[in-house]
Amino acid sequence: MIYKTVGDVHQACQGVQDGMTLLLGGFGLCGIPENAIAELKRLNVTNLTCISNNAGVDDFGLGLLLQSRQINTMIASYVGENAEFERQMLSGELNVALIPQGTLAQRCQAAQSGIPAFYTPAGYGTEVAEGKETREFNGKMHVLEHAFKADFSFVKAWKGDTAGNLIFKGTARNFNPNMCGAATITVAEVEELVPAGTLDPNQIHIPGIFVQRIFQGAHYEKRIEQQTTRTRDHGPR
Amino acid sequence: MGLDKYQIAQRIAQEVKDGYYVNLGIGIPTLVANFVREDIDVEFQSENGILGMGPFPFEGEQDADLINAGKQTITALPGAAFFDSAMSFSMIRGRHVDLTILGAMEVAQNGDIANWKIPGKMVKGMGGAMDLVASAERIIVAMTHTNKAGDSKLLKACSLPLTGVGCVKKIVTDLAVLEIRDDVFHLLERAPGVSVAEIQAATQGELVVSGTIPEMTL
Repeated sequence: MIYKTVGDVHQACQGVQDGMTLLLGGFGLCGIPENAIAELKRLNVTNLTCISNNAGVDDFGLGLLLQSRQINTMIASYVGENAEFERQMLSGELNVALIPQGTLAQRCQAAQSGIPAFYTPAGYGTEVAEGKETREFNGKMHVLEHAFKADFSFVKAWKGDTAGNLIFKGTARNFNPNMCGAATITVAEVEELVPAGTLDPNQIHIPGIFVQRIFQGAHYEKRIEQQTTRTRDHGPR
Repeated sequence: MGLDKYQIAQRIAQEVKDGYYVNLGIGIPTLVANFVREDIDVEFQSENGILGMGPFPFEGEQDADLINAGKQTITALPGAAFFDSAMSFSMIRGRHVDLTILGAMEVAQNGDIANWKIPGKMVKGMGGAMDLVASAERIIVAMTHTNKAGDSKLLKACSLPLTGVGCVKKIVTDLAVLEIRDDVFHLLERAPGVSVAEIQAATQGELVVSGTIPEMTL
Protein backbone atom coordinates (compact mmCIF):
# COMPACT_ATOMS: atom_id res chain seq x y z
CA MET A 1 0.00 0.00 0.00
CA ILE A 2 1.30 3.42 -0.92
CA TYR A 3 0.33 5.87 1.76
CA LYS A 4 -1.35 9.03 0.43
CA THR A 5 -2.72 10.58 3.60
CA VAL A 6 -1.73 14.07 4.67
CA GLY A 7 -2.56 15.50 8.05
CA ASP A 8 -4.78 18.37 7.04
CA VAL A 9 -5.84 20.77 4.34
CA HIS A 10 -2.74 22.96 4.88
CA GLN A 11 -0.43 20.10 3.97
CA ALA A 12 -2.75 19.05 1.17
CA CYS A 13 -2.45 22.45 -0.50
CA GLN A 14 1.32 22.80 -0.14
CA GLY A 15 2.90 24.00 -3.36
CA VAL A 16 -0.05 25.95 -4.69
CA GLN A 17 1.32 29.22 -6.04
CA ASP A 18 0.18 32.39 -7.76
CA GLY A 19 -0.59 31.94 -11.43
CA MET A 20 -1.29 28.21 -11.27
CA THR A 21 -4.03 26.35 -13.14
CA LEU A 22 -6.44 24.43 -10.93
CA LEU A 23 -9.12 21.87 -11.67
CA LEU A 24 -11.96 21.86 -9.13
CA GLY A 25 -14.67 19.21 -8.98
CA GLY A 26 -18.36 19.78 -8.36
CA PHE A 27 -21.58 20.66 -10.15
CA GLY A 28 -23.13 23.80 -8.79
CA LEU A 29 -22.44 23.50 -5.07
CA CYS A 30 -22.85 19.71 -5.17
CA GLY A 31 -19.63 17.77 -4.54
CA ILE A 32 -17.32 20.78 -4.37
CA PRO A 33 -14.01 20.60 -2.46
CA GLU A 34 -15.15 22.95 0.30
CA ASN A 35 -12.06 22.55 2.48
CA ALA A 36 -9.60 23.17 -0.35
CA ILE A 37 -11.47 26.27 -1.52
CA ALA A 38 -11.41 27.68 2.02
CA GLU A 39 -7.66 27.02 2.23
CA LEU A 40 -7.00 28.64 -1.17
CA LYS A 41 -8.79 31.70 0.15
CA ARG A 42 -6.71 31.68 3.34
CA LEU A 43 -3.48 31.29 1.35
CA ASN A 44 -4.59 34.22 -0.81
CA VAL A 45 -2.89 32.80 -3.90
CA THR A 46 -3.78 35.01 -6.83
CA ASN A 47 -3.83 35.14 -10.61
CA LEU A 48 -5.33 31.65 -10.70
CA THR A 49 -6.84 29.91 -13.68
CA CYS A 50 -9.73 27.84 -12.34
CA ILE A 51 -11.39 25.11 -14.35
CA SER A 52 -14.72 24.02 -12.91
CA ASN A 53 -18.17 23.44 -14.35
CA ASN A 54 -19.63 26.40 -12.45
CA ALA A 55 -18.35 29.36 -10.51
CA GLY A 56 -20.25 28.82 -7.28
CA VAL A 57 -22.67 31.40 -5.90
CA ASP A 58 -21.80 34.88 -4.64
CA ASP A 59 -20.82 33.76 -1.15
CA PHE A 60 -19.96 30.06 -1.49
CA GLY A 61 -17.90 27.71 -3.59
CA LEU A 62 -15.63 29.40 -6.12
CA GLY A 63 -17.63 32.58 -5.55
CA LEU A 64 -15.44 32.99 -2.43
CA LEU A 65 -12.30 33.25 -4.58
CA LEU A 66 -14.04 35.60 -7.02
CA GLN A 67 -14.97 37.91 -4.14
CA SER A 68 -11.30 38.19 -3.16
CA ARG A 69 -10.21 38.61 -6.82
CA GLN A 70 -7.94 35.57 -6.71
CA ILE A 71 -9.18 34.22 -10.03
CA ASN A 72 -7.77 35.70 -13.22
CA THR A 73 -9.26 33.24 -15.67
CA MET A 74 -12.29 31.01 -15.30
CA ILE A 75 -13.06 28.07 -17.56
CA ALA A 76 -16.61 26.79 -17.01
CA SER A 77 -19.75 25.69 -18.83
CA TYR A 78 -22.47 27.49 -16.89
CA VAL A 79 -22.21 30.49 -14.61
CA GLY A 80 -25.82 31.63 -14.38
CA GLU A 81 -26.04 31.49 -10.60
CA ASN A 82 -23.37 34.03 -9.77
CA ALA A 83 -24.13 37.73 -10.11
CA GLU A 84 -20.61 38.83 -9.09
CA PHE A 85 -19.17 36.54 -11.75
CA GLU A 86 -21.39 38.04 -14.43
CA ARG A 87 -20.40 41.53 -13.31
CA GLN A 88 -16.64 40.78 -13.40
CA MET A 89 -17.01 39.09 -16.76
CA LEU A 90 -19.04 41.80 -18.47
CA SER A 91 -16.72 44.51 -17.10
CA GLY A 92 -13.66 42.64 -18.39
CA GLU A 93 -12.03 42.17 -14.96
CA LEU A 94 -12.22 38.42 -15.34
CA ASN A 95 -11.14 36.35 -18.33
CA VAL A 96 -13.74 33.74 -19.07
CA ALA A 97 -13.86 30.80 -21.41
CA LEU A 98 -17.26 29.17 -21.54
CA ILE A 99 -17.09 25.72 -23.06
CA PRO A 100 -19.62 22.92 -23.54
CA GLN A 101 -20.10 20.78 -20.46
CA GLY A 102 -19.34 17.50 -22.20
CA THR A 103 -16.22 19.01 -23.71
CA LEU A 104 -15.13 20.17 -20.25
CA ALA A 105 -15.62 16.67 -18.87
CA GLN A 106 -13.82 15.04 -21.79
CA ARG A 107 -10.87 17.45 -21.61
CA CYS A 108 -10.43 16.33 -17.99
CA GLN A 109 -10.87 12.69 -18.95
CA ALA A 110 -8.35 13.10 -21.79
CA ALA A 111 -5.79 14.62 -19.41
CA GLN A 112 -6.32 11.73 -16.99
CA SER A 113 -5.95 9.21 -19.80
CA GLY A 114 -2.94 10.63 -21.64
CA ILE A 115 -4.96 11.52 -24.75
CA PRO A 116 -3.67 14.91 -25.98
CA ALA A 117 -6.74 15.88 -28.01
CA PHE A 118 -10.00 14.57 -29.39
CA TYR A 119 -12.75 15.49 -31.85
CA THR A 120 -16.26 16.30 -30.66
CA PRO A 121 -19.34 17.51 -32.56
CA ALA A 122 -20.26 19.89 -29.71
CA GLY A 123 -19.91 23.54 -30.61
CA TYR A 124 -19.32 23.11 -34.32
CA GLY A 125 -20.54 26.20 -36.19
CA THR A 126 -20.62 28.28 -32.99
CA GLU A 127 -18.15 30.75 -31.50
CA VAL A 128 -16.79 27.92 -29.33
CA ALA A 129 -15.21 26.44 -32.47
CA GLU A 130 -13.61 29.68 -33.66
CA GLY A 131 -9.90 29.23 -34.43
CA LYS A 132 -10.03 25.49 -33.84
CA GLU A 133 -9.34 22.68 -36.27
CA THR A 134 -12.45 21.05 -37.64
CA ARG A 135 -12.80 17.78 -39.48
CA GLU A 136 -15.53 15.65 -40.98
CA PHE A 137 -16.13 12.13 -39.76
CA ASN A 138 -19.00 10.02 -41.11
CA GLY A 139 -20.55 13.02 -42.80
CA LYS A 140 -20.63 15.15 -39.66
CA MET A 141 -18.36 18.02 -38.66
CA HIS A 142 -16.30 17.90 -35.48
CA VAL A 143 -14.07 20.26 -33.50
CA LEU A 144 -10.61 19.40 -32.18
CA GLU A 145 -10.38 19.95 -28.42
CA HIS A 146 -7.29 19.51 -26.23
CA ALA A 147 -6.70 17.85 -22.88
CA PHE A 148 -6.36 20.25 -19.96
CA LYS A 149 -2.95 20.89 -18.47
CA ALA A 150 -3.27 21.77 -14.81
CA ASP A 151 -1.01 22.02 -11.77
CA PHE A 152 -3.47 20.89 -9.12
CA SER A 153 -6.73 19.02 -9.16
CA PHE A 154 -9.00 19.41 -6.10
CA VAL A 155 -11.72 16.81 -5.79
CA LYS A 156 -14.24 15.81 -3.16
CA ALA A 157 -15.38 12.25 -2.49
CA TRP A 158 -17.69 10.66 0.03
CA LYS A 159 -15.35 8.00 1.37
CA GLY A 160 -11.69 7.37 0.80
CA ASP A 161 -8.93 5.27 2.24
CA THR A 162 -5.34 5.98 3.19
CA ALA A 163 -4.20 4.58 -0.18
CA GLY A 164 -6.21 7.26 -2.00
CA ASN A 165 -9.01 5.01 -3.24
CA LEU A 166 -12.25 6.96 -3.61
CA ILE A 167 -16.01 6.35 -3.50
CA PHE A 168 -18.47 9.07 -4.48
CA LYS A 169 -22.09 9.54 -3.48
CA GLY A 170 -25.11 10.46 -5.59
CA THR A 171 -24.73 13.29 -8.05
CA ALA A 172 -21.84 14.66 -5.98
CA ARG A 173 -19.75 12.42 -8.23
CA ASN A 174 -20.05 14.64 -11.36
CA PHE A 175 -16.65 15.95 -12.52
CA ASN A 176 -14.68 14.69 -9.53
CA PRO A 177 -13.66 11.28 -10.94
CA ASN A 178 -12.73 12.81 -14.32
CA MET A 179 -10.44 15.34 -12.65
CA CYS A 180 -8.51 12.74 -10.64
CA GLY A 181 -5.08 12.31 -12.19
CA ALA A 182 -5.80 15.10 -14.68
CA ALA A 183 -3.30 17.49 -13.05
CA THR A 184 0.28 17.20 -11.78
CA ILE A 185 -1.00 16.74 -8.23
CA THR A 186 -4.47 15.52 -7.31
CA VAL A 187 -5.74 16.38 -3.84
CA ALA A 188 -8.79 14.48 -2.64
CA GLU A 189 -10.82 15.52 0.38
CA VAL A 190 -13.31 13.04 1.78
CA GLU A 191 -16.07 13.08 4.34
CA GLU A 192 -14.82 9.84 5.83
CA LEU A 193 -11.25 8.58 5.65
CA VAL A 194 -10.74 4.91 6.51
CA PRO A 195 -7.68 2.63 6.68
CA ALA A 196 -6.68 0.96 3.42
CA GLY A 197 -8.25 -2.49 3.25
CA THR A 198 -11.52 -1.33 4.74
CA LEU A 199 -13.28 -0.45 1.50
CA ASP A 200 -14.55 -3.21 -0.78
CA PRO A 201 -12.30 -3.12 -3.90
CA ASN A 202 -15.41 -3.87 -6.00
CA GLN A 203 -17.00 -0.62 -4.92
CA ILE A 204 -14.12 1.77 -5.58
CA HIS A 205 -14.84 4.41 -8.23
CA ILE A 206 -11.34 5.88 -8.51
CA PRO A 207 -8.22 3.85 -7.67
CA GLY A 208 -5.62 5.59 -5.52
CA ILE A 209 -3.09 5.68 -8.35
CA PHE A 210 -4.85 8.83 -9.59
CA VAL A 211 -4.57 10.56 -6.20
CA GLN A 212 -1.41 12.03 -4.62
CA ARG A 213 -2.82 13.47 -1.39
CA ILE A 214 -5.91 12.61 0.61
CA PHE A 215 -7.34 14.02 3.82
CA GLN A 216 -10.56 13.99 5.78
CA GLY A 217 -12.32 17.32 5.39
CA ALA A 218 -13.99 19.17 8.23
CA HIS A 219 -17.24 21.08 8.72
CA TYR A 220 -18.93 20.28 5.44
CA GLU A 221 -21.72 22.74 4.85
CA LYS A 222 -23.03 21.01 1.70
CA ARG A 223 -25.23 23.93 0.87
CA ILE A 224 -28.28 23.27 -1.31
CA GLU A 225 -28.70 25.76 -4.16
CA GLN A 226 -32.35 25.10 -5.03
CA GLN A 227 -34.51 23.53 -2.34
CA THR A 228 -37.33 21.84 -4.22
CA THR A 229 -39.80 19.59 -2.45
CA ARG A 230 -43.32 18.25 -2.88
CA THR A 231 -46.14 17.74 -0.44
CA ARG A 232 -47.41 14.29 0.39
CA ASP A 233 -50.92 14.83 -1.00
CA HIS A 234 -50.41 16.17 -4.47
CA GLY A 235 -47.28 17.20 -6.24
CA PRO A 236 -45.51 16.29 -9.37
CA ARG A 237 -44.93 12.58 -9.57
CA MET B 1 -54.97 33.04 -25.82
CA GLY B 2 -52.20 30.55 -26.28
CA LEU B 3 -50.90 27.87 -23.96
CA ASP B 4 -49.39 28.45 -20.56
CA LYS B 5 -46.08 26.78 -19.71
CA TYR B 6 -47.79 23.75 -18.19
CA GLN B 7 -49.83 23.22 -21.33
CA ILE B 8 -46.70 23.51 -23.50
CA ALA B 9 -45.15 20.81 -21.31
CA GLN B 10 -48.33 18.75 -21.56
CA ARG B 11 -48.27 18.88 -25.38
CA ILE B 12 -44.57 17.97 -25.51
CA ALA B 13 -45.19 15.01 -23.20
CA GLN B 14 -47.21 13.46 -26.05
CA GLU B 15 -43.92 13.17 -27.99
CA VAL B 16 -42.35 11.00 -25.29
CA LYS B 17 -42.63 7.35 -26.31
CA ASP B 18 -42.37 4.06 -24.46
CA GLY B 19 -38.75 3.03 -23.86
CA TYR B 20 -37.26 6.49 -24.33
CA TYR B 21 -34.32 7.84 -22.37
CA VAL B 22 -35.03 11.56 -22.17
CA ASN B 23 -32.92 14.57 -21.22
CA LEU B 24 -34.89 17.57 -19.98
CA GLY B 25 -33.46 21.07 -19.99
CA ILE B 26 -34.08 23.77 -17.40
CA GLY B 27 -37.42 25.63 -17.33
CA ILE B 28 -40.50 24.43 -19.25
CA PRO B 29 -38.77 21.15 -20.27
CA THR B 30 -38.46 20.15 -16.61
CA LEU B 31 -42.26 20.28 -16.34
CA VAL B 32 -42.68 17.67 -19.08
CA ALA B 33 -41.95 14.87 -16.59
CA ASN B 34 -45.22 15.68 -14.82
CA PHE B 35 -47.33 14.93 -17.89
CA VAL B 36 -45.83 11.75 -19.31
CA ARG B 37 -48.37 8.94 -19.56
CA GLU B 38 -48.15 6.60 -16.60
CA ASP B 39 -48.57 3.46 -18.71
CA ILE B 40 -45.27 3.86 -20.56
CA ASP B 41 -41.71 3.29 -19.35
CA VAL B 42 -39.48 6.32 -19.65
CA GLU B 43 -36.23 7.20 -17.90
CA PHE B 44 -35.07 10.75 -17.36
CA GLN B 45 -31.39 11.54 -17.62
CA SER B 46 -29.92 14.59 -15.97
CA GLU B 47 -26.49 15.44 -17.35
CA ASN B 48 -24.96 16.11 -13.95
CA GLY B 49 -25.00 12.35 -13.45
CA ILE B 50 -28.24 10.47 -12.91
CA LEU B 51 -30.39 8.18 -14.99
CA GLY B 52 -33.74 7.34 -13.45
CA MET B 53 -34.42 10.75 -11.99
CA GLY B 54 -37.50 10.91 -9.80
CA PRO B 55 -39.70 13.74 -8.51
CA PHE B 56 -38.76 16.35 -5.93
CA PRO B 57 -38.26 14.84 -2.46
CA PHE B 58 -40.82 15.18 0.30
CA GLU B 59 -40.09 18.07 2.58
CA GLY B 60 -37.33 17.18 5.02
CA GLU B 61 -35.93 14.46 2.76
CA GLN B 62 -33.73 16.71 0.60
CA ASP B 63 -30.21 15.43 0.04
CA ALA B 64 -27.47 17.92 -0.91
CA ASP B 65 -25.77 15.09 -2.81
CA LEU B 66 -28.81 14.47 -5.02
CA ILE B 67 -29.68 17.25 -7.48
CA ASN B 68 -30.61 17.67 -11.14
CA ALA B 69 -28.91 19.80 -13.78
CA GLY B 70 -30.97 22.78 -12.61
CA LYS B 71 -29.39 22.33 -9.14
CA GLN B 72 -32.80 21.38 -7.71
CA THR B 73 -33.08 18.66 -5.10
CA ILE B 74 -34.55 15.49 -6.60
CA THR B 75 -34.99 11.79 -5.85
CA ALA B 76 -33.71 8.65 -7.54
CA LEU B 77 -36.28 6.10 -8.70
CA PRO B 78 -35.83 2.33 -8.27
CA GLY B 79 -33.36 1.23 -10.94
CA ALA B 80 -31.61 4.59 -11.06
CA ALA B 81 -27.88 4.90 -11.65
CA PHE B 82 -25.29 7.57 -10.86
CA PHE B 83 -22.27 8.26 -13.04
CA ASP B 84 -19.55 10.82 -13.69
CA SER B 85 -19.75 13.72 -16.13
CA ALA B 86 -17.64 12.10 -18.84
CA MET B 87 -19.89 9.04 -18.86
CA SER B 88 -22.96 11.28 -18.84
CA PHE B 89 -21.84 12.90 -22.07
CA SER B 90 -20.90 9.53 -23.52
CA MET B 91 -24.61 8.79 -23.21
CA ILE B 92 -25.42 12.07 -24.94
CA ARG B 93 -22.78 12.26 -27.68
CA GLY B 94 -22.97 8.51 -28.20
CA ARG B 95 -26.68 8.91 -29.05
CA HIS B 96 -27.88 6.63 -26.29
CA VAL B 97 -30.30 9.31 -25.12
CA ASP B 98 -33.39 9.18 -27.36
CA LEU B 99 -34.93 12.60 -26.88
CA THR B 100 -33.69 16.01 -25.83
CA ILE B 101 -36.13 18.74 -24.79
CA LEU B 102 -34.72 22.20 -24.23
CA GLY B 103 -35.58 25.87 -24.23
CA ALA B 104 -34.37 28.52 -26.65
CA MET B 105 -34.15 32.27 -27.17
CA GLU B 106 -34.20 31.93 -30.96
CA VAL B 107 -34.70 29.19 -33.55
CA ALA B 108 -34.01 29.73 -37.24
CA GLN B 109 -35.83 28.11 -40.15
CA ASN B 110 -32.70 26.12 -41.02
CA GLY B 111 -32.71 24.50 -37.55
CA ASP B 112 -30.09 26.72 -35.91
CA ILE B 113 -30.69 27.39 -32.21
CA ALA B 114 -29.45 30.13 -29.85
CA ASN B 115 -29.96 29.88 -26.11
CA TRP B 116 -26.83 30.68 -24.13
CA LYS B 117 -25.72 34.26 -24.51
CA ILE B 118 -26.86 37.81 -25.22
CA PRO B 119 -23.65 39.71 -26.02
CA GLY B 120 -22.92 42.49 -23.56
CA LYS B 121 -26.00 41.69 -21.49
CA MET B 122 -26.38 38.19 -20.26
CA VAL B 123 -23.94 35.35 -20.14
CA LYS B 124 -25.09 32.21 -18.45
CA GLY B 125 -23.16 29.69 -20.48
CA MET B 126 -24.20 26.75 -22.57
CA GLY B 127 -23.93 24.07 -19.92
CA GLY B 128 -24.63 20.80 -21.71
CA ALA B 129 -26.79 22.34 -24.44
CA MET B 130 -24.11 22.39 -27.14
CA ASP B 131 -23.27 18.73 -26.58
CA LEU B 132 -26.97 17.83 -26.54
CA VAL B 133 -27.98 19.63 -29.72
CA ALA B 134 -24.88 18.54 -31.63
CA SER B 135 -25.60 14.87 -31.06
CA ALA B 136 -29.26 14.23 -30.28
CA GLU B 137 -31.35 12.53 -32.96
CA ARG B 138 -34.59 14.01 -31.66
CA ILE B 139 -34.63 17.54 -30.31
CA ILE B 140 -37.77 19.37 -29.28
CA VAL B 141 -37.58 23.04 -28.44
CA ALA B 142 -40.01 24.34 -25.83
CA MET B 143 -40.43 28.10 -25.83
CA THR B 144 -42.79 31.03 -26.19
CA HIS B 145 -43.44 32.06 -29.79
CA THR B 146 -42.37 35.65 -29.11
CA ASN B 147 -40.09 37.27 -26.53
CA LYS B 148 -41.13 39.72 -23.84
CA ALA B 149 -40.81 42.61 -26.29
CA GLY B 150 -43.24 40.81 -28.60
CA ASP B 151 -40.61 39.95 -31.22
CA SER B 152 -40.74 36.60 -32.96
CA LYS B 153 -38.34 33.90 -31.75
CA LEU B 154 -38.85 31.88 -34.95
CA LEU B 155 -36.57 33.62 -37.39
CA LYS B 156 -35.12 33.51 -40.88
CA ALA B 157 -31.69 33.52 -39.22
CA CYS B 158 -30.62 33.68 -35.57
CA SER B 159 -29.19 37.00 -34.42
CA LEU B 160 -27.74 35.71 -31.14
CA PRO B 161 -24.61 33.53 -30.81
CA LEU B 162 -25.51 30.00 -31.82
CA THR B 163 -25.73 26.94 -29.61
CA GLY B 164 -25.91 24.55 -32.54
CA VAL B 165 -26.38 24.55 -36.31
CA GLY B 166 -29.14 22.87 -38.28
CA CYS B 167 -30.21 20.64 -35.42
CA VAL B 168 -33.79 21.56 -34.41
CA LYS B 169 -36.59 19.66 -36.11
CA LYS B 170 -39.57 20.26 -33.85
CA ILE B 171 -40.78 23.25 -31.83
CA VAL B 172 -43.69 23.55 -29.42
CA THR B 173 -44.66 27.08 -28.46
CA ASP B 174 -47.59 28.71 -26.69
CA LEU B 175 -49.19 29.17 -30.12
CA ALA B 176 -48.26 26.19 -32.25
CA VAL B 177 -46.47 22.94 -32.99
CA LEU B 178 -44.02 23.38 -35.85
CA GLU B 179 -41.60 21.22 -37.75
CA ILE B 180 -38.48 22.26 -39.64
CA ARG B 181 -38.11 20.62 -43.06
CA ASP B 182 -36.23 21.82 -46.13
CA ASP B 183 -35.03 24.92 -44.27
CA VAL B 184 -38.51 26.31 -43.56
CA PHE B 185 -41.00 26.12 -40.70
CA HIS B 186 -44.05 23.94 -41.30
CA LEU B 187 -47.13 24.55 -39.19
CA LEU B 188 -48.48 21.28 -37.80
CA GLU B 189 -50.94 22.26 -35.06
CA ARG B 190 -52.53 25.38 -33.58
CA ALA B 191 -53.07 26.04 -29.90
CA PRO B 192 -56.79 26.00 -29.04
CA GLY B 193 -58.40 29.26 -30.11
CA VAL B 194 -55.32 30.54 -31.96
CA SER B 195 -55.72 31.28 -35.67
CA VAL B 196 -53.28 30.53 -38.47
CA ALA B 197 -53.10 34.27 -39.14
CA GLU B 198 -52.01 34.94 -35.54
CA ILE B 199 -49.27 32.32 -35.84
CA GLN B 200 -48.14 33.75 -39.17
CA ALA B 201 -47.99 37.22 -37.66
CA ALA B 202 -45.84 35.95 -34.79
CA THR B 203 -43.44 34.04 -37.05
CA GLN B 204 -40.69 36.05 -38.73
CA GLY B 205 -39.17 33.09 -40.58
CA GLU B 206 -40.76 31.46 -43.60
CA LEU B 207 -43.83 29.49 -42.53
CA VAL B 208 -45.46 26.88 -44.73
CA VAL B 209 -49.16 26.29 -44.04
CA SER B 210 -50.55 23.45 -46.09
CA GLY B 211 -54.18 22.41 -45.86
CA THR B 212 -56.28 22.77 -42.75
CA ILE B 213 -54.23 23.04 -39.57
CA PRO B 214 -55.78 21.10 -36.70
CA GLU B 215 -56.03 22.35 -33.14
CA MET B 216 -53.78 20.45 -30.76
CA THR B 217 -55.41 18.09 -28.28
CA LEU B 218 -54.26 18.33 -24.69
